[in-house]
Amino acid sequence: MKITVDEEKCCGAGQCVLIAPEVFDQREEDGIVVLLDAEPADGHHTAVREAASVCPAAAIRLSEST
Amino acid sequence: MTTPSSVVVAGASAAGLGTAEALRRKGYRGRLTVLGAEPHPPYDRPPLSKQVLAGTWTPERARLRTREALDALDAEFLLGDPAVALDVAARTVRTASGRTVHGGAVVIATGLRPRTLPGPDGLAGVHVLRSLDDARALRAELRSAERAVVVGDGVLGAEIAATAHTMGVAVTLVGPQPAPMARQLGPTVAELLAALHREHGVRLRLGAAVDALTGHGGRVDGVRLGDGEVLPAEVVVVAVGAVPDTAWLTGSGLTLDDGVVCDAYCRAADGIYAAGDVARWHHPGLGEPLRLENRTNAVEQSAAVAGNILGEARPYAPIPYFWTDQFDARIHVHGRPLPGAEMTVVDGAVADRRFVAQYRHRGRVVAVLGWNMPKQARAHRQALLAEPMDAFAVPS
Repeated sequence: MKITVDEEKCCGAGQCVLIAPEVFDQREEDGIVVLLDAEPADGHHTAVREAASVCPAAAIRLSEST
Repeated sequence: MTTPSSVVVAGASAAGLGTAEALRRKGYRGRLTVLGAEPHPPYDRPPLSKQVLAGTWTPERARLRTREALDALDAEFLLGDPAVALDVAARTVRTASGRTVHGGAVVIATGLRPRTLPGPDGLAGVHVLRSLDDARALRAELRSAERAVVVGDGVLGAEIAATAHTMGVAVTLVGPQPAPMARQLGPTVAELLAALHREHGVRLRLGAAVDALTGHGGRVDGVRLGDGEVLPAEVVVVAVGAVPDTAWLTGSGLTLDDGVVCDAYCRAADGIYAAGDVARWHHPGLGEPLRLENRTNAVEQSAAVAGNILGEARPYAPIPYFWTDQFDARIHVHGRPLPGAEMTVVDGAVADRRFVAQYRHRGRVVAVLGWNMPKQARAHRQALLAEPMDAFAVPS
């Protein structure tokens, strides 16, 4: 799994951080998403898929092909 | 309870797509059909009043998913064919084109219809903003307009006023409240928002009632206020709220009362669920029915519905949350700033226009608001989790 985030789309809701705190964080100054791990280990995949789906700005994109 | 062999979702926006995605994420392998009233693939609505209206994004950029991601869902999307009737007992949805689609479970996610003002129908230059096509039409007219009036001082009206102003249009925002979004933000922050609009040059007509739209030769030319004053405009945007899109469910036997009335599991009847703006469900923490018109609820509730279809039997009890972007302000609100709640700044400073405020009502924290401090506001949200849920109930 490879994750890309669209900083311009990000609205700073932080839903992704609540769901997958090991993979996502937010910038202190404006709350925009910070990708901590673009290719997380298998154990995080379920949470990352949920984070991508519930992101209220559709700012998280996943590439599941290896 | 057995897992249904098929699910049909009426609605292809955030809640409809969210239901389909959550079902697949939770391992559902049955047949999945998503019905969309509009011809467009699922798109996001919050950018319509901002980036899409301003033209900084193409409409394609507001799409919720890529074509590949939609294909990977293995769901059949039937677009441009609105649901027109539901047979609750048979669990079938009939569409405008005459299709009949059966689902072992049916999810209602048909969203909202904008309210309009009484007056002559079909007056050119009068707009609402709900769909992508609405946004395109409004943008086309604002590009050549000198003056626009936005009627409605809620989140949508305030966002449209800010965007139209940045497009070089002289904008007047009209509404009944003492400040824009006073109901959602509380008086202090709403006043700050009013100041922000004024500084940028938006004219505010607050505490004003709209009497009628005025027109000439089939085209709008102004808005007449309750006191008789006429605000001239080539374009008028009506953003006076919306009603749940439930007309197609009349006579279905479902309880319709400001939305599809559901239990704590977002279930309207056996095998029939509702999610998103259209759903009025029994919030188990509040002990009262609640309907939320916001983007995060659409996906969170659709995930709850997907879980309950699959037998999770989990009541849906979210903390309400919304955000708005206007000029350089990004405002995030967790919980509900109840009328009469006392506001305290807990981080940053109002003078810096960077702060987090906590709202207390009857000694309990009922809301946390961030103004240009989203991360810090989310951290303070913990204070809400510590409160018993009934703290958020609107006092009767």
